Amino acid sequence: MSDSNKGPTRRQAHERKLKRRSMILAAISTSVVVAALVILIPLTPGWERVKQSFFNWDIVVRTFPKLLNAFLLDVAIFAWSVPLIAALGLAIALARDVRDPVFYPLRLFGILYTDIFRGVPVVLVVYLIGFGIPGLGLQRPFNSPYLWGTVALVLTYAAYVAEIFRSGIESIHASQRNAALSLGMSPSDTMRFVILPQAIRRVVPAQMNILIALQKDVALLSFIGPVEIFRQAGVFKSLLASFTPYVVAAAIFLVVTIPATRLADHMLAKQNRARS
Amino acid sequence: MKLQVKNVHKSFGHTKVLNGISLDVAEGEMTCLIGASGSGKSTLLRCINLLEPVDDGEIWLDGAEIADPALDPQPIRQRIGIVFQSFNLFPHMTAEENVMLAPRRIFKTSRDALRPTVEELFDRFGLKDRMHHYPDQLSGGQQQRVAIVRALAMKPEIMLFDEITSALDPELVNEVLQVLKSLKQDGMTMVLATHEMAFARDVADKVCFLDKGSILEQGTPADIFSNPRQERTRDFLARVLGPR
Amino acid sequence: MTSPLKLMALAAALSVSASTALAAGPCATGKTLHDGTLTIATGNPAYFPWVIDDAPESGKGFEAAVAYAVAGKMGFDADHVSWVRASFDESIQPGAKNFDVNMQQFSITADRDKVVDFSAPYYTSAMAVLTTKQIVEGGAKPTLDSLRKLKWGAQASTTAVPMLVGLVNPDSDPMLYNDNADVSAALQAGQIDAALFDLPTALFLAAVTVNDGVVLGQFPAERSTNPDQFGMLMEEGNPLKFCIDEAINALKQDGTLAKLEATWLAESTGVPVIK
Ligand SMILES: Nc1ncnc2c1ncn2[C@@H]1O[C@H](COP(=O)(O)OP(=O)(O)O)[C@@H](O)[C@H]1O
Ligand SMILES: [Mg+2]
Repeated sequence: MSDSNKGPTRRQAHERKLKRRSMILAAISTSVVVAALVILIPLTPGWERVKQSFFNWDIVVRTFPKLLNAFLLDVAIFAWSVPLIAALGLAIALARDVRDPVFYPLRLFGILYTDIFRGVPVVLVVYLIGFGIPGLGLQRPFNSPYLWGTVALVLTYAAYVAEIFRSGIESIHASQRNAALSLGMSPSDTMRFVILPQAIRRVVPAQMNILIALQKDVALLSFIGPVEIFRQAGVFKSLLASFTPYVVAAAIFLVVTIPATRLADHMLAKQNRARS
Repeated sequence: MKLQVKNVHKSFGHTKVLNGISLDVAEGEMTCLIGASGSGKSTLLRCINLLEPVDDGEIWLDGAEIADPALDPQPIRQRIGIVFQSFNLFPHMTAEENVMLAPRRIFKTSRDALRPTVEELFDRFGLKDRMHHYPDQLSGGQQQRVAIVRALAMKPEIMLFDEITSALDPELVNEVLQVLKSLKQDGMTMVLATHEMAFARDVADKVCFLDKGSILEQGTPADIFSNPRQERTRDFLARVLGPR
Repeated sequence: MTSPLKLMALAAALSVSASTALAAGPCATGKTLHDGTLTIATGNPAYFPWVIDDAPESGKGFEAAVAYAVAGKMGFDADHVSWVRASFDESIQPGAKNFDVNMQQFSITADRDKVVDFSAPYYTSAMAVLTTKQIVEGGAKPTLDSLRKLKWGAQASTTAVPMLVGLVNPDSDPMLYNDNADVSAALQAGQIDAALFDLPTALFLAAVTVNDGVVLGQFPAERSTNPDQFGMLMEEGNPLKFCIDEAINALKQDGTLAKLEATWLAESTGVPVIK
């Protein structure tokens, strides 16, 4: 037991010293790298052209409001897709988990589904469903590219999400299932109250990665018409003959995704701390 | 007879694990299954609880056949409690939630209605101040007692225990064995697989020696421990009890 | 050791440099990417009627024909014109280019002109409304009032996007697509009612790509303050610009451009003018 008024323990003093040393090292190396970038890059012969093309402040100012507005569409598509993806992904995962031989066709369907939708590029699914299904003769509003584009995203991402859920379910030891069944609980209650809560918690980090990928793939909906941020940036690029609008779009994306990832990490760390 | 196992056979693939087991357990009796590791004790208990379907033979509980493949195992399992070597508490729930989950879902009883009984059980087994802890905040002995409480909360007619002290630190074994003694005083019918020979000798009404999926010898503790008739029983006891 | 291969390469190099002196006209001398050759970029693929069969070397198609005519005026014979493929993005990216001029219906705009150089215009296009028979039967008319109510689409990387707002100003936000094929698919799927293109492209798509395609009407070039004029695109500050402009202006004066238009671009007088 160390007295608080006796000052730091030997170990605390040692750790403090180490920490100070590593902070100094980090500060020095970071400033060297940053200085090299800031000083050396502008000295290159092509810098003026590159700056004009990618970092043109006038174009930033001109394009920012419309790009931000277009970004709201990305956010909306993302927001309504996520719950659908989660629900379908979970359903597929559960279909793949049924043990009863009577339901073998359901299981087979689950396997086929995940294999197909994970094997095909998202762009193709977006085109095929976004143009193909409405092309069969659906009338407005049922041929909307928003509707079918969302369907394409949901179908594709549900396949990935289902696989992750399934790996989570399989990672829960059989003894947990047995313990619940031995109490007389039904298989569905066992899944709902015992297996899934543990499985879902376990796969949160993997699912977060999927969501970040989805964020970016939302832009693929622009291929079938909707003018979201990257499409709007493309229009500006074409009209202004500059890549700066893409840089602005990327910056807007990062402003949202970086805090979101940090928050997710933080929540996860907190959850882990709380449990131990 | 409370429980009758009649000529039960069980294989896993080509491995024959239970080879015509027959066993009678009277109401309020404690039966101990002893035998080498791999002799089929766990499998027998899991078959009685219907966690494993038996290949052949019958199991009777209170005068009704329960191992009929055509029966729904769920309501039968509710009448038979089982506690495992590795506790198997649900790690995402507090001790109290672990205990309440099954009665809530199965009997559709509210938490509030369950609470008095559950608190009494926790209290009885010295866990009152641990009700709101998660399993990983409990010692092994405490976890195992919660697991017993969880099984008891379903008000089973018979309890099965599968080496419930084997995963515990030695100084924690006794607190769990005390629970078994106390249950016996209540008149609970119990079947336990165990390596605690001293406990079996002192407390059991009947001891069965399993060898390679068969009950080689059964009788009172005095019969088995002091007067084993089979060569293999003697060998086994010599190995677990040491030279005397 | 001298291999026969090396000898042959040497001979080839000599003959190339010899003909170089003959081919390049005085204006362009020393200003091209490769001495004595004019390197022209087109799209990948290049579309009808601008280039026929995606084969600019044949000189068939309006832009291919104009390219050879311009090269000829500058003193490059057909053997000294070489073709490459380049996207719009490659044309505006900073750094060295693999072409002298890039010709793929690039509209001249003030904003683009700040970053790249354009030649004098070689074609002034009317904008046209591409739609389908079903929409026309549904009551769409070549009037602004009628057009405004339609659901519009356009190719995202073209000046049709701002033109659409300027000329039609539709009630709902237009849908935008990567290329002509996708615009056609959306039209076919009924997701859009109409799309805005330059007139030759609209005529081609209506005739070939879109089932029951119809060109509903056209906005003549005079209608917009900023008409759609096609120019050859060059790197900013390219010294060739002067020579190319000279050649194009000469072709305009002597009536060659008008003749090539008549040869390669469909008759547009049958398309009603939008009121
Ligand atoms: N699920 C299973 N699949 C295959 N073999 C099993 C399974 N469960 C148990 N066994 C085998 O059955 C035999 C008896 O095991 P068990 O009943 O656990 O014995 P004990 O509890 O007496 O140690 C062992 O040989 C074991 O390997
Ligand atoms: Mg065992």
